[in-house]
Amino acid sequence: MTFIASLTEKGAKVAAHRPWPRVVVDADTWRQAMLGIAAGEATLSSLWSDGEAVHMALAAEPATRLLVVSLPCPDKRFPSVAATHTPALRLERTIRDLYGLEPEGSPDPRPWLDHGRWGVRQPLGARTSDPAVGDAYAFLSAEGPPLHQIPVGPVHAGIIEPGHFRFSCNGEAVVRLEERLGYVHKGIDALMQGAPLDKAAKLAARGSGDSTVAYGIAFARAVEAALGLEPPPRAVFLRALMAELERLANHFGDIGAICNDASFSLMHAHCGILREHVLRVCDTAFGHRLMMDRAVPGGVATDLASAGAERLPTLVRTVRRRFPELIELYDSTASLQNRTATTGILEPRLARQHGAGGFIGRASGRAVDVRKAPGYAPYTALSFEVPVRQEGDVDARVWVRIDEVKQSLALIEQILDRLPAGPIRAEPASPPTGGAEGLAFAESFRGDILAWVRIAPDGRVAHCHLRDPSWFQWPLLEAAIEGNIVADFPLCNKSFNCSYSGHDI
Amino acid sequence: MRKLLFESLFQSALTEAPPAPDDAGLAELAGRVDRAARRRLGRSLSIREVDAGSCNGCELEIHALNNAFYDLERFGLRFVASPRHADVLMVTGPVTKNMRQALERTWAATPDPKWVVAVGDCALNGGIFADSYAVTGGVSQVIPVDLHIRGCPPTPTALLKGLLALVEDASK
Repeated sequence: MTFIASLTEKGAKVAAHRPWPRVVVDADTWRQAMLGIAAGEATLSSLWSDGEAVHMALAAEPATRLLVVSLPCPDKRFPSVAATHTPALRLERTIRDLYGLEPEGSPDPRPWLDHGRWGVRQPLGARTSDPAVGDAYAFLSAEGPPLHQIPVGPVHAGIIEPGHFRFSCNGEAVVRLEERLGYVHKGIDALMQGAPLDKAAKLAARGSGDSTVAYGIAFARAVEAALGLEPPPRAVFLRALMAELERLANHFGDIGAICNDASFSLMHAHCGILREHVLRVCDTAFGHRLMMDRAVPGGVATDLASAGAERLPTLVRTVRRRFPELIELYDSTASLQNRTATTGILEPRLARQHGAGGFIGRASGRAVDVRKAPGYAPYTALSFEVPVRQEGDVDARVWVRIDEVKQSLALIEQILDRLPAGPIRAEPASPPTGGAEGLAFAESFRGDILAWVRIAPDGRVAHCHLRDPSWFQWPLLEAAIEGNIVADFPLCNKSFNCSYSGHDI
Repeated sequence: MRKLLFESLFQSALTEAPPAPDDAGLAELAGRVDRAARRRLGRSLSIREVDAGSCNGCELEIHALNNAFYDLERFGLRFVASPRHADVLMVTGPVTKNMRQALERTWAATPDPKWVVAVGDCALNGGIFADSYAVTGGVSQVIPVDLHIRGCPPTPTALLKGLLALVEDASK
């Protein structure tokens, strides 16, 4: 019997949870789950709370089977998962900040998203008022005569999101990087509580703007799972079309930006042109350049405009003609390769431990993609490959993205060939008495987004948890930069391109 | 690389004609800041972008202003790395409470005369995040704003219209 199957039998199954089981367990079984994750018998896919209990999503490797394990916390405490499995640490600190549930035995007592600026402590728990003067934050130390610190942020030099990086350096070499995030915390968990489905979908779509389509799909699929709602086939295909266009746009933007950070602006300019081509077709096809608020519970909000349908094959042809030249340029420019090859190496062991998804995981040997496993429509009926590399450096992350561009182009062609006719939206059904719960994934360009939703009997959202892939990728950036020179940090950071907004939520 | 450069000799320019300045933007700007100060700066403005809690959608479209189609620099507008080099702060997001102090400090570090452009629906009034414990509810809650550019996110064309209104107004 697999580890996940044996855990499933040890808990009380929650009938309202779909499609994978959720079981309520006691503290002993919770600890067994913790130890199983630490031993690599399952991957931690998320850890969150609703104030009453803590929930842990576990996935088999690959994620063909999933389980949510829930531990009620009547005395406001739970055994720390991070005590045996560090990737859980920031999620756990967040639970303490927002809900006031104490992870017993946690290796880190510091707050995470709470900077002491909200005017309230435990905003989803005790809600005690606070003078909002800001907390001091004790960065981890790296001490000794040759070491010095470089503080960077929250306001960075480029047009990027805010966060603080604290480098401890020995000359030019980075000895330790510590991230401090939470600057763009908007309180989405709280805003979700009691929100009607349409407003909740809009909030979810703004989890991370660059992945707005994937967020929309993840949230919609979680709601549909909870309500037993079947989106029409045309809507399912249109969602995938939007998701692949979003992936293309982001890959072009980032491949160019990585090269720009290696002072190769020609690639940046040409990739920027390709990105703009994609966004303009998205605008024509779906009425919004980023296709925000298009994937909604029950289907999609906008049908594919005929002008857009005509321009899509041209877009695919243009990219197929222009992109190989850029790949050749990347591959044959020694000064670029000099910067990207063997820079910022992420060990496969760490990628596996953190369950890192997307191009970060795949560039370090982890062949995961939620479009394949657990898989969802329409991808289960489409043919595509998941590119994997072993090197784990900046170069490998660029190559995974180059290869994914080719896969997305092929997917767009298949979708256009097989796009079914018919309605684009099914009206959300009213939830059963007692409410309903759903769990779903969507593969964003950055990796797997997990969405968990509990719908109240009145049809509103009682609780929603959105886990960005960045939660498990940000800590890996700290590991990948170690021993590299400070000047290579922008390159490493861009090759990871974690979301601040998606993480800070 | 030679092939790419050679091909570009035979291609027409990608850069497009500028849109007309935004009338609503001009109206909002009228009389807000001393005209004499604006004249001294002429048509050339340096912009420092500050993300004060956006979902990063606005940043994507602000980035697009630098691509070959919009080519912001031809209007004398350029993004700079430091607020000390900036004439304009371009602020996105509902201004999260965790970013409030950083925004205030960035504003204080920007030399006078300066303008603040709030970009996006959440920068206007907090947008969909307005009711949260974690946001202040818009840029004007924290620093004085000279121009709002709406949209979720505003398109590069909308951004360009707003910025051109600022330049037009500054050079009057």
